[in-house]
Amino acid sequence: MSGGTRLENANPLIFQRSGERLLTATDEDDDVADPIDDREIFDLIRNINDPEHPLSLEELNVVEQVRVTVNDQENAVSVEFTPTIPHCSMATLIGLSIKVKLLRSLPDRFKIDVHITPGTHASEEAVNKQLADKERVAAALENSQLLEVVNQCLTSRTM
Amino acid sequence: MKDTLELLHRFSAHPDSRCWYVAWNPRGTLLASCGGDRAIRIWGKEDESWVCKCVLSDGHQRTIRKVAWSPCGNYLASASFDATTSIWKKKNNDFECLTVLEGHENEVKCVAWSPSGNLLATCSRDKSVWVWEVDEDDEYECVSVVNSHTQDVKHVTWHPTMPLLASASYDNKVCIYKEEDDDWECRATLEGHTSTVWSLTFDPTGQRLASCSDDRTVRIWKEAQPDEGSSSDIAWKCVCTLSGFHGRTVYDIAWCGLTGALATACGDDGVRVFKEDVTSDPEEPIFSMSAHVPKAHSQDVNCVAWSPKEAGLLASCSDDGDICLWSYKSED
Repeated sequence: MSGGTRLENANPLIFQRSGERLLTATDEDDDVADPIDDREIFDLIRNINDPEHPLSLEELNVVEQVRVTVNDQENAVSVEFTPTIPHCSMATLIGLSIKVKLLRSLPDRFKIDVHITPGTHASEEAVNKQLADKERVAAALENSQLLEVVNQCLTSRTM
Repeated sequence: MKDTLELLHRFSAHPDSRCWYVAWNPRGTLLASCGGDRAIRIWGKEDESWVCKCVLSDGHQRTIRKVAWSPCGNYLASASFDATTSIWKKKNNDFECLTVLEGHENEVKCVAWSPSGNLLATCSRDKSVWVWEVDEDDEYECVSVVNSHTQDVKHVTWHPTMPLLASASYDNKVCIYKEEDDDWECRATLEGHTSTVWSLTFDPTGQRLASCSDDRTVRIWKEAQPDEGSSSDIAWKCVCTLSGFHGRTVYDIAWCGLTGALATACGDDGVRVFKEDVTSDPEEPIFSMSAHVPKAHSQDVNCVAWSPKEAGLLASCSDDGDICLWSYKSED
């Protein structure tokens, strides 16, 4: 991605993947409404591919379930992500991939906010502002090259 | 809140897409809308319903962000993410594309005609504001490129009576431009918002300017005497900040030329109307929220536009693709 051979963070820490969601008695009961919860959001984003490494955002601890906040009644979803290094140039792309995945997956009623975990990136404010600007996000997604890169991050990899 | 906003009509304008903007023609008989589907639609009222009179779908390659009617009502300008601005001429019930203005490096975010119709302003993510001159032969010539903002310029609007132009930007600032020796220059920079300024509107007399922002506030600015020793001959100061009313980004703001009411379009799906307390000090005006529809649309509201002819008639449009028409009724 960054022009070839040198990775920005050549030896990232790799974290254990969490197990599958445990089914509860009411999960398969069609008469019980299942509100969208943090685990459901986390399941949508944990398998997003890192743009640099052949690893998922979960394996790199870029996303964690504890950094997902959902208020189903208020139609609000907030995700914080943690770049592996404070100068990671991929932060905007990772944030955009998370945002696009949620925009494509969740009902339209949701307001989706994606931020960098406070204090973990040198350009935190600038990246957050760009991700929050829906006009710039819309324009970015009309750029076919950028869209292709985002789609690569969102394509499920065969394990 | 004693005033009411009553829903008159709701119709799907840009299905499966978002509607970014709506604009009334000067006679108040037609609405132009644009959106993510790269189309412009012209709407008119027939009997009791609003119908699509024509679709202009072959002008732009990407999202059409804004549309603007010329003051005579015979031309329409459209600003697109494809980096161009198109000028359309009305012919009977159809429009033909007269010319395509090129020059911006990337997304054009806004286009606005001066009240005389002789000038056109455009702005872009390329941080610049362009002023174009229009002659009798429908020729457009760029007369100024101004780079006063340090970021994406979101909106441009002309002063209703004086040769002044205002712009709003991702750099959190508002700039006011004046013509100087055939060149447009930034003569005042309005600082106060703490995030992107999305839109601007002058009051009917042009003495005040309202701005709305991602910081969830609205600010009212008033023309003032420049500070002594200041190099500029114009100054605007913030006389009022409306905070605590909006739940998310305020995307648009419109001052009604007929009633003086101020409407906002918000990312929390709400449409709000504010009214000035007429007894308040002009240097410290007090605005109160007089009407609020919390779920005016099912998604972000992108634009509000008052009818130029029918007092209290308000149009809004949203990411849900719909246009709504509201009747604002004030008790006094």
